[in-house]
Order: sequence, then structure tokens, then C-alpha cells
Amino acid sequence: MASSQIIILAIIATSLATFISRFMGALTSEKVSVKSRVFQWFNCIAYSTLAALLGRMIIFPAGVLDESNLVTRVFVLVICISVFIFSKKNLVIPTILSAILLSFFNTI
Amino acid sequence: MINLKVFLIGLKSLKGSRSPAIPLAACFIALGALLKDAGFNIQQSAASSLFTYALPGQLVMAESLLVGASIINIFIAVWLVNFRLYPMTVSLFPLLDHKSQPKWKYYLSCHFLAVTSWLIAKDGYKKIDKKNRIDFWIGIGIGTWSTAILMTVIGYLSADYLNKEMLIGLAIVNPVYFFCMMIGAMKNLSISIAVIGGTVLGPVIYLISTEWALLFAGLIAGSIAFLFGGKNGK
Repeated sequence: MASSQIIILAIIATSLATFISRFMGALTSEKVSVKSRVFQWFNCIAYSTLAALLGRMIIFPAGVLDESNLVTRVFVLVICISVFIFSKKNLVIPTILSAILLSFFNTI
Repeated sequence: MINLKVFLIGLKSLKGSRSPAIPLAACFIALGALLKDAGFNIQQSAASSLFTYALPGQLVMAESLLVGASIINIFIAVWLVNFRLYPMTVSLFPLLDHKSQPKWKYYLSCHFLAVTSWLIAKDGYKKIDKKNRIDFWIGIGIGTWSTAILMTVIGYLSADYLNKEMLIGLAIVNPVYFFCMMIGAMKNLSISIAVIGGTVLGPVIYLISTEWALLFAGLIAGSIAFLFGGKNGK
């Protein structure tokens, strides 16, 4: 187990590593016009990077989610997305349902 | 200094049928429990969400500490996984820009940039007058950020009562919420290509390089979407 000092250093390192990207983004944004091609390119990259992160979270999850079955995770995801679409884009129902379904399938 | 009415509209995005409060609660409760496992005390856990507020990076930090990684390695691993925040900021902040607003608002509020707040802002900015959009963003940010910190503390305190099945259930909530939001955002061809391409390429490139998967998948799928998607939405 890490010592208290190491933990504090890790929090500082993590926060700095994260804030750099945000702050650089804020600085770059000052020079980017909404109508420019660069903005549109960044917009596409932002969505695809996020989608890549999500795809990885489902297929190759980190942490405790790794202890569930891949087929079950994909099954739960498909059901919940269907519920989202058919419930006029309600986000509360599919998110609660996802936790209940995965916990349930993981116990049987 | 801050338009209170618009700020409150942003803050109130935590309520209603599109509320992000449940997925935020689920993932930060799970994080609080994990941080306790990794040897953090309650103040350190709260500080992590207060100063970092980016879940994938915090997960990387906790897991790296558990395996005894060095601080430099943690810095690089977190920077790589959270680099997505750079294109996300550049694709949001120009929409909130107004010359009558002071720069400090942008420099400070960029800290609130996370997947949840970004998706909410992208979904709702058009309804807000251009001049006050940054205050709308600050409202969203304060709401989601404070929820995350509070839930980390609750997760830490309830760690002993959460069994593995419950934690697994909590862990799926966030990706499900994000996927639903992304599908809701697929209103034109370029965003659709970006989302589908990224979802496929992310795990595929991960097989080749775990560290660089997100950057490469995002860059390749995003550029394909940009080149072949025709006119883009915002």
C-alpha cells in the first residue's frame, strides 16, 4: 500500500496531467473560429476519441467491470440503448436498469 | 459578473429525465470505494475528485498506485488517457466564446471539462444566448463537479457495505449513459461516422498499443469522419 506522501504526489501529478489538456484546449480555443474547418475537425476527433474510450470501457474494461462477462456487458448495453431510444431519450431509466441487469446477470 | 439566471439553467441540468446525477453518482461512488482500497484517506479521496475530476485518469492513478508505479509513470499514463480533454475543450469553448466575457472565466472553468459536462453542454448550448453561454457552462460544471466530489466521499464511506456485484453494477452505468448521450448526438453523418468509427477502432487499436489506443483511434476515426462526413454539425 502506498504511503501518504506518495498518494499526495500522485494526486498532484494526476491533477496536473489532466489540467494541462484542459488549459491547452482553452488557449487553443481562443484562436479557433466556430465556422472554421479546424473546429469541425476537432469536433469529429472529440467525438471519436470519446467513442474509442467507451468502446474500450465495454470490450476491455479496467477495474471491477473486468470481472463480468463480455457477452453480458454487450447484451446489457444493447438493451439499455434500446430502452433509451424507445423511452423518448430518457436517460434515467436505462442507466438505473443497466446497474440492476448487470448485477443480476453476474450473480446467476 | 455571472448571469445568475443562465447559471441556474446550467445547474438545473442535474434534474429531470436527462439528469446526469445517477451515472455520476454511480461511477464516483465506485471510485470512492476503489480509492479506499488503494489506501487513500477520506480527505485524499475528496481532493482527488476536487483537483482532477476526470474519472478514467483517477482510475489509472489508483490502479498504478496499487501496482507500485512511479510518479512519472502515473503522470504519463494519466496524461495519455486524459488527453481527450484537449480536443473536447477545443470543440466546445469556441461555442461559448464572447468578447464581452473575461478570459479568467474560460481559464478557470476549463477545469469542469469532463465527458458528462461536455455532452450536456453540447446538447443544450443552442438554447442559450451567445453572450451568456459561459455562465451556462459554469452552472453545468459546478453542478457536475460538486456531485462528483460528494459522491466520492459517499463511496469512500460506504465502501464496506458494497459487495462486488454491486460495484460491477455501478461500473456499467457510466458507459451506458455515455453511449446513450453519444447516440443522441448522432444527428448528422460526420458525428455518426466519428462515433461508430471510434467505438470500433478504440478496442481494435488497444490490442496493438494499450497506451496510445485512444489517441490513434480518435485521430484516425475523427479524421475519416471529417473527410467523408460532409458538412459537420456542432
